[in-house]
Amino acid sequence: MWGILRRSIVDGGFSATSLRRVRSALVSSRSYAAAAKEMSVRDALNSALDEEMSADPKVFIMGEEVGQYQGAYKITKGLLEKYGPERVCDTPITEAGFAGIGVGAAYYGLKPVVEFMTFNFSMQAIDHIINSAAKSNYMSAGQIAVPIVFRGPNGAAAGVGAQHSQCYAAWYASCPGLKVLSPYSSEDARGLLKAAIRDPDPVVFLENELLYGESFPVSEEALDSSFCLPIGKAKIEREGKDVTITAFSKMVGLALKAAEMLSKEGINAEVINLRSIRPLDRATVNASVRKTNRLVTVEEGFPQHGVGAEICTSVVEESFGYLDAPIERISGADVPMPYAANLERMAVPQAEDIVRAAKRACFRSK
Amino acid sequence: MALSRLSSRSNGLLRSAAAAVLLRRTISTDTSPMTIDISLPFTAHLVEPPSRAVETSPKELLSFYRDMVVMRRMEIAADSLYKAKLIRGFCHLYDGQEAVAIGMEAAITKQDAIITSYRDHCTFLGRGGSLVEAFSELMGRKAGCSNGKGGSMHFYKKDAGFYGGHGIVGAQIPLGCGLAFAQKYSKDEAVTFTLYGDGAANQGQLFEALNIAALWDLPAILVCENNHYGMGTAEWRAAKSPAYFKRGDYVPGLKVDGMDVLAVKQACKFAKEHALKNGPIVLEMDTYRYHGHSMSDPGSTYRTRDEISGVRQERDPIERVRKLIVSHDFATEKELKDIEKEVRKEVDAAIAEAKESPVPDQSELFTNIYVKGLGTESFGADRKELRASLP
Repeated sequence: MWGILRRSIVDGGFSATSLRRVRSALVSSRSYAAAAKEMSVRDALNSALDEEMSADPKVFIMGEEVGQYQGAYKITKGLLEKYGPERVCDTPITEAGFAGIGVGAAYYGLKPVVEFMTFNFSMQAIDHIINSAAKSNYMSAGQIAVPIVFRGPNGAAAGVGAQHSQCYAAWYASCPGLKVLSPYSSEDARGLLKAAIRDPDPVVFLENELLYGESFPVSEEALDSSFCLPIGKAKIEREGKDVTITAFSKMVGLALKAAEMLSKEGINAEVINLRSIRPLDRATVNASVRKTNRLVTVEEGFPQHGVGAEICTSVVEESFGYLDAPIERISGADVPMPYAANLERMAVPQAEDIVRAAKRACFRSK
Repeated sequence: MALSRLSSRSNGLLRSAAAAVLLRRTISTDTSPMTIDISLPFTAHLVEPPSRAVETSPKELLSFYRDMVVMRRMEIAADSLYKAKLIRGFCHLYDGQEAVAIGMEAAITKQDAIITSYRDHCTFLGRGGSLVEAFSELMGRKAGCSNGKGGSMHFYKKDAGFYGGHGIVGAQIPLGCGLAFAQKYSKDEAVTFTLYGDGAANQGQLFEALNIAALWDLPAILVCENNHYGMGTAEWRAAKSPAYFKRGDYVPGLKVDGMDVLAVKQACKFAKEHALKNGPIVLEMDTYRYHGHSMSDPGSTYRTRDEISGVRQERDPIERVRKLIVSHDFATEKELKDIEKEVRKEVDAAIAEAKESPVPDQSELFTNIYVKGLGTESFGADRKELRASLP
């Protein structure tokens, strides 16, 4: 078994086949059952794509470098070899063109997975995402469904500057007709991507480049090819009773780190991984705030008209009487992303920011 | 005018004598094939043009006539309904351009797909949509083809291969190439006609989509309905090169007299065969719209009335087919006038029926947002007053 693992690491990560070998090896060595399986987010996404393409011949992938290059971030590694160029299509650098082609294919009944190398480039195709995809089922009174997934890395990476660092969650999630998902862990990545591909509506799937290489434990259930997570349901990553912290994508990891730091100071934080930005799981967030009476929203994107603003309003509308303190909001700085490392650090939330805000919500200074 | 290889004077006299004896029902069912030479030749780019000799039949010509008259009447009626404020918002009329919709239908099947811009009422009719559905949709009623939720720019008929009805200039071009992609992927042996105007012909996304269509050999036919004006801007003010059939550069193209229904039919037949074997092709239909860009545009501030009436006199598509039918004695002037009267009644009846259709139920505000709503909540203007759970 260790031989298989070592070989897989040399290959640059778990491929679908090596994973199956690991699985079967582990199953046959039940006496070692204590060790949990780990999987990188990259492999989680790759295996989800592989399984969904295998299960449904209508699913195909389109985007820049998805085929021969094996994916700009290797998310589509091995898929061209397995499924051929009719189903894994390398496109020219023409987002408006290929996003529109993807939507047209979805009109006809195929199930395209369109990759944007980063969501910054989706702005070139945004008319097709909003006007051609999101609104068509409504305008046609149900005749034209659009079962498409737009996926790719979203938000800040490291040192890539202002034009390559924006978070698009708030923009896309404001649009009726779209579903917007953002995974954190590998289990999220697998379950949500599979759900997105199976969903008959247009889904914007916001990944994070810095999470691709991170590994998370995955359950047996999550490794099954029929595994799917529900769209529109948040996950309580850490139960707590003193303050609720909401986050999505990379910020979930930061929120968990902040919760650890807070616990050393006697503040027991509940961390909610939103998973789904639209539909937003208002019920879970409100139930949590009714329990803790305090809320800190965390996101990487710009603050104005952001995800946190919507969550804050939802709680004020639904659970005002339960709040013991004003709602706190931690977000990316209200500036274009700078390049210099020290400025970049100031432009993105740090664990200390979340801790400070949680303490404010608990009326604790320092 | 067109030359016919079939009838001589005496033959014509015999036929009208026979028709007079019988009760004038024989002509419209005659399907015997005939050939008519179109008057204007095709201009070709990177391809050998098709022959000017077009196969047709008396029955087909009469159906062309009738169908175009229906379209013409519908658009004129829509003009009145708009002025009566029964149609709101945007209303882009197609009268003058009927030959493109009708000629195209004659060359293809419902397995082929059509996608167009917001000037879509007649295209919808050509794909088999009904007058009642059209008028109801224009007036925002339940019986509309989009249940009243789309409006003039968003007619669809997916079961007949009509994918809309699009409001954003040029967006339908990549969408149409996507339909062609899906047809090829599914091995359906069918093609997609994606229609756009001379205004949209300069859109960047056209060239992006055409590049991919050519690279991947997609069965996509790009049809520029060149009515010479993009809203109020004449083509020479908008395009450095108004030879739209050549703008595909490495993609073959054909320029067609879009006011001649037989030329349109021939070109579309040719294009379909080409696209199935060799990938994309561009057709430029030289056509004209009598109305302004929309009902908000009188259409006379950037064109002279002489130009408009000149086209009506010299090139009107319905007139041309009328002359063809009469000169071949497939029907008399009176019979054609009777068809017009019949169509008028049909259109009036459809409008009356559409007016009877109710507006959509208030609950329809929240339907069709998603195919699978997952029980999500949606909200009205005051969410404490109006909210709904999406099924």
